[in-house]
Amino acid sequence: MTLAVKPATVPGATALARLTASRRQRNLVAGGILLGLCLLLMLLSLGAGAFAIAPGRVAEILLARLGSGPAELLDSREALVVLNIRMPRLLLGALVGAALAISGALMQGLFRNPLADPGLVGVSAGAGLAAAATIVLGDRLLAGMGMGMKLPFAALPFGAFFGGLISTLALYLIATREGRTSVATMLLAGVALGALAGSLTGLLAYISDDRQLRDLTFWSMGSLGGASWSKLSVVAPIVLPLLIAVPFLARGLNALMLGEAEAFHLGIPVQRIKATAVVLVALSVGASVAAAGVIGFVGIVVPHLIRLLIGPDHRLLLPLSAIGGATLLVGADIVARLIVVPAELPIGIVTAFIGAPFFLWLLLRRGRIAES
Amino acid sequence: MATILEARDLHFRVRGTALVRDASLQLDAGTTSIIVGPNGAGKSTLLKLLTGELTPAQGEVRLDSAPLAGAPAWKLACQRAVMSQNQRLAFPFSVYEVARLGLEGVGRSQPRGRSEQIIAEALETAGVLGLASREYQTLSGGEQQRVQFARALCQLEAGRSVAERQILFLDEPIASLDLCHQLALLDAARAIATQGAAVLIVLHDLNLAVTYADRLLVMHEGAIVAQGAPAAILDDALLRGVFRVDLAFSRLPPTGLPFLLPQQHLRAASGPALRAAGA
Repeated sequence: MTLAVKPATVPGATALARLTASRRQRNLVAGGILLGLCLLLMLLSLGAGAFAIAPGRVAEILLARLGSGPAELLDSREALVVLNIRMPRLLLGALVGAALAISGALMQGLFRNPLADPGLVGVSAGAGLAAAATIVLGDRLLAGMGMGMKLPFAALPFGAFFGGLISTLALYLIATREGRTSVATMLLAGVALGALAGSLTGLLAYISDDRQLRDLTFWSMGSLGGASWSKLSVVAPIVLPLLIAVPFLARGLNALMLGEAEAFHLGIPVQRIKATAVVLVALSVGASVAAAGVIGFVGIVVPHLIRLLIGPDHRLLLPLSAIGGATLLVGADIVARLIVVPAELPIGIVTAFIGAPFFLWLLLRRGRIAES
Repeated sequence: MATILEARDLHFRVRGTALVRDASLQLDAGTTSIIVGPNGAGKSTLLKLLTGELTPAQGEVRLDSAPLAGAPAWKLACQRAVMSQNQRLAFPFSVYEVARLGLEGVGRSQPRGRSEQIIAEALETAGVLGLASREYQTLSGGEQQRVQFARALCQLEAGRSVAERQILFLDEPIASLDLCHQLALLDAARAIATQGAAVLIVLHDLNLAVTYADRLLVMHEGAIVAQGAPAAILDDALLRGVFRVDLAFSRLPPTGLPFLLPQQHLRAASGPALRAAGA
């Protein structure tokens, strides 16, 4: 198409090039600052807690572990705490934070609604219910078979995974008629599914014994307290596909902002994008809930913040949400560990305490924009 | 003239109601075809059947002699761009980013400089280059419509490096535009046809349809009741039967082209000058 105007003479085209260049620069700066903040908090996180270790000492231990420092340092108590207790906890927190934030961004893109969130639409509740069922009924089932076996740890993430998958699919099927997804139906159905899962979880709590009840309470508030290398080795392989798939979903999600029919016109395999996103969200939310309990508001707060910083382009939004989610959870974990030393607060309490007021502020701000 | 798209005996039903019945048509390279018809006549549904968004219950659409059904989305996207009536956008993209969405499917392999050139040209043609940094959702309906047009132009231009025989579908593209931009958009669409693409537009304004159509298709209750050159098929019987208005076409002196001015609807008590015009 040779348009009426030749490219060289398009007035304002150079201004446009300047504009895009300055946006790219802004995005680069924002990404750099976020990444720096994330790494800084990670370093602090390894030192912070009831047993405080100076950041310089932490760096020495890490270097020693990598082979460039005195090896006897690795036998110290500090090294034990940093490498075997805080490191897996840090990595688990970063992984779960990244997974929850990306899941939130994916759900918001898929449903074309900035208020969608794995927690708000009942998916976390489904995963939590399945995890509760695994805790309470899993032991009984094994005891009933009289084999005297202990429930393997991997049963929990898988149970939660299938819970998340089933509730995600149920929600999507309920909200989709003739290929069109109704956002209002989705939110209402999500509330209903969440209430159903909540009531069943309550029923399970009612029939559980004291130990199971304590475990259940742990799910409902979320904690990174039980982190270990073995737990991490179960969760990481489930969550990593989500992180890897992100670059392949970004363009499709961008096109979906116009609507599903329009995305199809643009050459996007809409159905494949939807199915992939749904499976990945169920996978990662299920694994996250299993490993760290229900941690609210990360999925909604982080993508919103990133959109305010760099705009809604998913090619940047998704990776920066991952970094932002990791940053928020690592930071919240530091707060959770320091605020009631020597005990620690469940991290779900901290993220909701930050997240809920922020969410309200967003709603008020949106209201003002709509009025003006 | 080379036919790019051919549709034969298309039927489409929703819950027993036939939205499109027995529709056959062809879109030729270098021509502008315009669909007119009253509300609910099935114009948009027919357009969706032709773009592959809907699959007909009976009949077949062939694109470059190959069946449209089952063709992968990316392949179709290289060969046709669609501007639908939907102008909503879920998140606050800038005008520049909305136009760039036209390249998300087909423009992946373009170098960045080429993409920016395509986008700048499309924004310029649609008359929204000056709005490039504005947030799309803050624009007026007419401005949004022009940005959507720019997006379709981007897709068409990027797809040209893959498929030469292209189609541009526009569903009521000028519904919110002022007269100046109505003409500019239709001129741009016709220019695309002149360069070898087929253009199909759904329009309501009969005068503009007569002005721009090489081929006019009149739809009524799901069927194409007339198609051909506008001057040959538009008459007063059609106005009464299809559009349910009791009006008469006038003819433009040198060409004999029909045009419509609802003179009969002038208010009787609007003053002497108007009464004179109505008489």
